[in-house]
Amino acid sequence: MATIEQPLPVRPATIREEFSWSEVLYKWVATVDHKRLGLMYVVSALVFLVIAGIMASIIRLQLAVPNNHVVGPDTYNRLFTMHGTTMVFFVGMPMVAGFSNYLVPLMIGARDMAFPRLNAFGFWIFLFGGILLYFSYIGGSGLTGAGSAPDVGWFAYAPLTEKPFSQGASTDYWILGIFTAGIGSIASAVNVIATAISMRCPGMTLSRMPVFVWVMVIDSWLILLAVPPLTAAQIMLAYDRYLGANFFNTQAGGSAVLWQHFFWIFGHPEVYILIFPAFAILSEVIPVFSRKPLFGRPAMVAAVIAIGFISLGVWAHHMFAVGLTAWSNTFFAASTMMVGIPTGIKIFNWTATMFGGKLRLDTPMLYCCGFLLQFLVAGLTGIMLAVSPFDWQLHDSYFVIAHFHFTLIGGLVFGLMAGMYYWFPKVSGRMYNERLGKLSFWSFVIGFNTTFLPQHFLGFLGMPRRIYTYPTGRGWEGLNMLSSIGVIFQIAAVAMFAWNVVYSAIKGKRAGDDPWDGWTLEWATSSPPPEYNFEKIPVVRSGRPLWDLKHPQDPDWKFGQ
Amino acid sequence: MANIGLLAFFQVQVPGVPEHRVTDIFKPLASPAAAERDIGWFAIAITALIFFVVASIIVYTIARFRRRPGDDLHQEPAQVYGSTQIELAWTVIPILIVFVLIGVTARVVWSVENASPPPSTLHVRVVGHQWWWEVVYPDYRITTANEIHVPFSPDGKEATYLELTSVDVVHSFWVPQLSGKVDLIPNRLNYMWIDPKQSGAYVGNCAEYCGNQHANMLLRVVADDRPTFQAWAQGQQKAVASDVSAGRTAFESLSCINCHVIKGTRAIGRFGPDLTHLASRSTIAAGMMTNTPEHLKAWINDPQAIKPGCLMPSLKLGGTELDQIVSYLGTLK
Repeated sequence: MATIEQPLPVRPATIREEFSWSEVLYKWVATVDHKRLGLMYVVSALVFLVIAGIMASIIRLQLAVPNNHVVGPDTYNRLFTMHGTTMVFFVGMPMVAGFSNYLVPLMIGARDMAFPRLNAFGFWIFLFGGILLYFSYIGGSGLTGAGSAPDVGWFAYAPLTEKPFSQGASTDYWILGIFTAGIGSIASAVNVIATAISMRCPGMTLSRMPVFVWVMVIDSWLILLAVPPLTAAQIMLAYDRYLGANFFNTQAGGSAVLWQHFFWIFGHPEVYILIFPAFAILSEVIPVFSRKPLFGRPAMVAAVIAIGFISLGVWAHHMFAVGLTAWSNTFFAASTMMVGIPTGIKIFNWTATMFGGKLRLDTPMLYCCGFLLQFLVAGLTGIMLAVSPFDWQLHDSYFVIAHFHFTLIGGLVFGLMAGMYYWFPKVSGRMYNERLGKLSFWSFVIGFNTTFLPQHFLGFLGMPRRIYTYPTGRGWEGLNMLSSIGVIFQIAAVAMFAWNVVYSAIKGKRAGDDPWDGWTLEWATSSPPPEYNFEKIPVVRSGRPLWDLKHPQDPDWKFGQ
Repeated sequence: MANIGLLAFFQVQVPGVPEHRVTDIFKPLASPAAAERDIGWFAIAITALIFFVVASIIVYTIARFRRRPGDDLHQEPAQVYGSTQIELAWTVIPILIVFVLIGVTARVVWSVENASPPPSTLHVRVVGHQWWWEVVYPDYRITTANEIHVPFSPDGKEATYLELTSVDVVHSFWVPQLSGKVDLIPNRLNYMWIDPKQSGAYVGNCAEYCGNQHANMLLRVVADDRPTFQAWAQGQQKAVASDVSAGRTAFESLSCINCHVIKGTRAIGRFGPDLTHLASRSTIAAGMMTNTPEHLKAWINDPQAIKPGCLMPSLKLGGTELDQIVSYLGTLK
């Protein structure tokens, strides 16, 4: 009895500060916080980036000289399939979700996303999809013992994916991995749209919403429209493989072309889905580093909406060689060239934002400048490919490889790099090493251009894509060697970036809340932001609330937009 | 022995035949490829001009407006929000450029895709297989593989119409000097035409990923003058000598006959290339190696060592049997 009278010792609050791995694990696994989920998206995307990058390096090693024997045809075919699939679905897509998750609530003055638990579900199901895809290396052999990882190419043309030509379970892992990750993309897209519509802080009308958020909302709409056709096609393919349906099974009268239509009506909007985050990032970074508002803000938003709409009607430019009628070939050439108009508007407006400004050429801005020039090349080679008779020659050649790597690395990855350096002080509370950042930028520029510029000319010289080896005597040797040498600089750049991020996150200088003298709401809270983001929900009167605060005599709501 | 094959990889230079070993799309030797080259240069000229102008403006902007040491960090530049006139200008000019490009594109699409055949037209049916090309001349009742013989057309009066299809997966026909690519799709007939301006062998590749040995699905189009072509066609129509040799007996007693045709013998398999006039072809293994007895021997002995993953099994024949078969196949002119 007496023991009950004794007061229990009160656990002091400090005891919980003892470091424990299980605590950390629990905090991250069970979190529904948009910032943690956003970070987990970005970090897993970076891990997949390194894996797919290693695959690309092996590909370049194999192609460095003619008749090389680093890997055999079956390994090589798996490498390019897994490289492409990983880069698109497990690097590009989680980057979209990661950036929008972390930044959309902060930029619109909200405490979290609209559906925090749906958000967590989206992340974990995406990660599960990625693991499922890579599990194919172990489980892909199936009952017949044929195959391991998928080897059908990232767009998996039927009927190569049908049972007679793809035995074992490797193609099934490809179907299921992407199908599963697609559910995550849809979940995240719904969430971004709902958040931006219903959770903006008082005063933030749509016309005052940061352009970053605008672009991410349009991106999410595009995900909602583009992913379902792919999902449908994958279910049809799974039916073909297991239930004897014959949608794409040509040996039973199915259609190979049908798959191509399904895939590309997803696949072309998909590349805009991937590039939009870079547009979003540039529209924030360039103004702050030029010290001027974004030039032609309504035109910039309209241009993204126009790109989104037009991108839904261009898919058959991937199919100029399948024998479409002259009318179709002309229609899709025309619609594809039309994308160039709003894309041009974007490049002109970014340049006009810089014109007359005071450019601060720190690492994020350097990456933006790299983006502008390289994406210009990508856009113009895109116009060349849109000229359908020229595409009959260039289609499925190394010219196409060069074109879309200029889009997705020279464009997207450079944009993401700008974003990661720009928001690193906000996320970690510490500053990255500027000298190392610049060094890694220049190494990346040199490496990227050495690898991919020569590939345009390989395409002109008739080198088809997806060949594991090539003959001597066609003038391909020197350019291929050059292309492979560039990889060394790219590896160095990524290594420097990784070191910079890890070291600076632990040992970097304290950055303060607003190191760039920024204008959007995320710079108004502490670095890193607290779980609730803002102590008091802010009230805004213009598109640049922090400019208004810092320049009370010259506020945007009085003189600007 | 496989080493012979490996050493010989891609040293495919057939003596006596002028070879256009280039696959440069800017060196066309047929009308479709020439039309594509011309519109290609046009597109390159326009895009290069745009690149030069826009890139200069971007580089100038970066250089001119970069922050210099000693600049006042607290002095913000003039805040300019936009300009409708400028916005209109850089919307309208690209629209005009796009209109021009679409017009030119449409014209070339029609000229290549909907061209009417010249008076003398040869019809050839090309069927894609994993990883070789079956070539059928319906008017001549000829079936061959991987090498397409056509009459050349220095004056544009001859043309060859190709009917393209596939028995398995999607392939793509690409001989860059002759024409852009058209896919070979199962359950579908596609068409293209070529009119090589010079005689000789033109090289190309399969251009749509079609599985394991996509890289080694090479293609040759051999263009000759009409009489030479007719002579070749008559040679292909001839029946092969019917005398029975040790090699033929060996061939007919092995599983070779399940996949290959040699007309007039028991070999009636249709899965692999027709071998009736194998010795008249200049290459084997879909253009990988020249057709010499050593290469043939290495190939039959162990195809998997030369073209790993191909659908011909390694038969591991003994020395004499192999020699007999090789010398028999050598008689199939």
